[in-house]
Parts: sequence; C-alpha cells; structure tokens
Amino acid sequence: MEKKLSHINYQNSVINIKSLYKSFGDLHVLKGVDLQLFEGENLVVLGRSGTGKSVLIKVISGLLYPDEGSVNVLGKDVDELDEKQLMALRLRIGFSFQNSALYDSMTVRENLEFPLVRNKRSLTRVEIDKEVEQVLASVGLSQAINQMPSELSGGQRKRIGIARTLILRPDIMLYDEPTAGLDPITCTEINNLINDVQEEYKTSSIIITHDLTCAKEVGDRIVMLLDGKFERQGRFNDIFDSEDDRVKAFYDYNFIA
Amino acid sequence: MISKKIDQKLIQLGNVHRFVMRFFKELVTPPYEFKEIINQCYEVGVKSLPLISLTGFITGLVFTNQSRPSLEEFGATAMLPSLIAIAIVRALAPLVTALIAAGKVGSNIGAELGSMKVTEQIDAMEVSGTNPFKFLVVSRVLATTIMIPILSCYTGFIALMGSFLNVYQHESVSFVSFFDQVFDTVTFLDIFQAVIKAGFFGFTIGIVGCFEGYNSSKGTEGVGKAANAAVVASMFLIFIEEQLVVMVVQSLRG
Repeated sequence: MEKKLSHINYQNSVINIKSLYKSFGDLHVLKGVDLQLFEGENLVVLGRSGTGKSVLIKVISGLLYPDEGSVNVLGKDVDELDEKQLMALRLRIGFSFQNSALYDSMTVRENLEFPLVRNKRSLTRVEIDKEVEQVLASVGLSQAINQMPSELSGGQRKRIGIARTLILRPDIMLYDEPTAGLDPITCTEINNLINDVQEEYKTSSIIITHDLTCAKEVGDRIVMLLDGKFERQGRFNDIFDSEDDRVKAFYDYNFIA
Repeated sequence: MISKKIDQKLIQLGNVHRFVMRFFKELVTPPYEFKEIINQCYEVGVKSLPLISLTGFITGLVFTNQSRPSLEEFGATAMLPSLIAIAIVRALAPLVTALIAAGKVGSNIGAELGSMKVTEQIDAMEVSGTNPFKFLVVSRVLATTIMIPILSCYTGFIALMGSFLNVYQHESVSFVSFFDQVFDTVTFLDIFQAVIKAGFFGFTIGIVGCFEGYNSSKGTEGVGKAANAAVVASMFLIFIEEQLVVMVVQSLRG
C-alpha cells in the first residue's frame, strides 16, 4: 500500500534546484538537474552507484559547490552564502552519512552532545542530558548511551548517526544510502525510523538509495537519476511502468536477482 | 611527463601555502577552541613524556660516555660538563625532541585526521555547524607549537641528568659542581635560540601532520600514506630549519 500524501505542503518548496551541473575533472556527474522538495515530503533519489546521488546532497549541504545552476535551500542560495551564513543554514539540515561517520574517539553520548554543546551554548548540563536521552529514545537505543561506536552493529551506528543529526531538530533531513550494507530486517527498522522521523520531527527529507524496498516504504515521491539527469519521477508504481531498458534493468536486478 | 610532475609539485606547494595561510586566519578568528587546545596539549605533551624521558636520558648518558675518550687524550675530562651542556642545550635537546615527536605525534596526527577524512567524520563535523579546520587543525598545530619547546627543556634537563650520572661514576663530581659548570657555560642566547627553534619544529610537526591527514586521498591506503608522509616531510624540514637556525645564531655571535 502506498503512503498517503496529505502531510505534504505543495505550496512551499524547501529545496529548489535549477539546472545543476557538477563535474570532477573530465567526469561529468550532474548534467542539468532540476529538483523541488516540498515541505513535509520524503523524496527518494534512485540511481546506480556512481551516478552522482551523493554529490547531489553534498551540494545541497554546501560540502561541494556547483559548477553551474542554482541551489536554493530554505529560501537561501547556497553558493552565495558566506561561511557564517552557511554554518547557520547547516544547522537546519540534518545529514545522515552512508557509513554513519560517528566520531570514533567519542562515546555515543559525546557524539550526540557534540553538535548540541557547540551550537547551543546556553543549554545547561541537565538540558543537554535531557535532549540526548530523548533523541536516543526516539531511535530506540537508550541502552547504548555509554558505548563506543566500535561496539555498535551497523544498524545501531546508522540509528545513532540519525540521532546525532536529529538532536539539532533540523527542518530538512538528507539520508545517504540509509540501508546500504544492512540485513533485510534491519533495513525495515531503518525505513520505519525514517518514516517516524518524518512524522515526529516534521522534516522534509531526501533519501538517496538504490534499494527499491526502501524507496517503496519511505518515498512519497521518487525521482530516478539516469546519466546525470532526472529522467523519471512520480509514485513508486509510476516510475517502473516504463519501457526504458535502464529502468527495467534496475527493477529486475532489485526484485528478481 | 617531467613538466606534469613539476606542475603537480607546484600545485602541491600552492595547496600548502593556502593551508598555512588558512591556519593563521582561523587562529585569530573567534570562537577559540580553548578546551580542545588544552586536550591536545595533554595528548602531545604528557603522553610523550615516557618516550622523551627515556630517549633524553640515554642521549645524555651515551653522548657523555662517547665524548670522554677524546677529552682524556688531552687530559681535559674536567671540561666534560661544559661540552655536554653546550651540545645538549644548543642542539641535541630540541633536535632529539623534535625527531621523536615527528615520529610519534606527527604520524599520529596524520593517521587520525586521514582516518577522519576517509570515514567522512570531517564532513560530519562541518555539516553539524562546527568548523573542522579550527577544531582539528588549529588546536593540534597550536598544541605542538607550545608543547615541543616545553618538552625540549624537559629533554635537556633529563639528558643532563643522564650525563651527570655518567660523570659522577667516572669523575666523582658532585651534583652542585656539575650543574655550576653547566650554567657557567650555557648563555641566555643558547637557551633562547633552543626554545625558539623548538617552537618552529613544533609548528612544522603540527602543520605537516595536519596537512597530510586533512588532504589524504580516499581509502585506507591514503591513511597510511598520510602518516608516513607526515613523518618524512616533517623530519626533512626539521633538519633544514636546524641548519638555518645555526647559520642565523652564528651570525649573531659574530
């Protein structure tokens, strides 16, 4: 059963990308990408490895700069912001990395406190502890608070990575391959978590993946990145109702292979 | 082929220049990472003490032992404390400390930052509203620049203790008369140039380690290369700086 779309505000787009080009030397990754993310929407970006999906969300968060085109996030053109403005914008964007990117030398508690302590300096110790416990509870890992990242499983690391971004209560969530390398049961748990985050934190999200089960479970809308451009977009079933061999191959590989 | 290699070297030099300039810019721009600087001073200073102590003590002991036969030929073993003091304070203490730190601290910084880069921890810091350059690079470079001179002074003292032990065994010189002779020989300029030199060595170790780690290429191979390059490049630069300081100080002495 497909997700209901009543929670999406189609009058307000939180991300607006026009004619985005990005190359690395002779490798042209994004070749004129146009994209809109609406308030409250979970947008899944599908595509094969190496097609520039991760590059897209790195451009949105200002980690990479576009060669051409405009990237407007929450009403601000990312490539026109100075360092201070970009820092302020990033606090409203949560970025969940493919390998979680937890700080190895810190415990789970310290990982979660890190963005909070540095960006909300007025908070007291009690308030920080409360925030940490609350966000850990929302990802279902309260018991892991004093563990080191090396002691956690892949799925737990993903959850803590998501919790670390949620602690700043972002308006937008960017998920880079949230289910990569996980077993099917853990994948389902992560998919449910993404939907819970959307509901509880009222976030608008871009989910980068090549996992069609994930796309089907979390996506309100799906766009498919083929040869550096978004060739198809729509609901899950609309996307794969296509005679395009590239699209058919992608579907067959996921569900038949 | 050769021109391509020259181009790459020039680009690398430009990157180093930009990295160093960014360090000075971030150094004077608030907010300041005092807590992390203190944390790194502890990592660089206190955690290096056992190795530095052992190396310093053995350097003093062995250098004294090896110098004795030459002085004995001229019946000048009484000059041993003066000779050792000058050698240790002017050259050995800063140089030995810097070389040990390049191996231990420099490689550690290169590997740690390289690993953070490869596993996207630096990107994660950036997207969570923290300036990773200020937090990781400025704090580490400041820590090495502050701690290497302090460690050099400590190494000098420990090396002199090793030397005293050897002199006491062979010449039965008392602790007070040994150090009287040491301080009669060593001048303010000797100590001053040693501390300043050690500061430059510390800066070099920190900035090279950070540059290699912060710019390491993707993959675990890049982490190993960053650690290795941090040690090799900083040792090479330390020897060049040592030579430059000797030339400057000699010209000052006239």
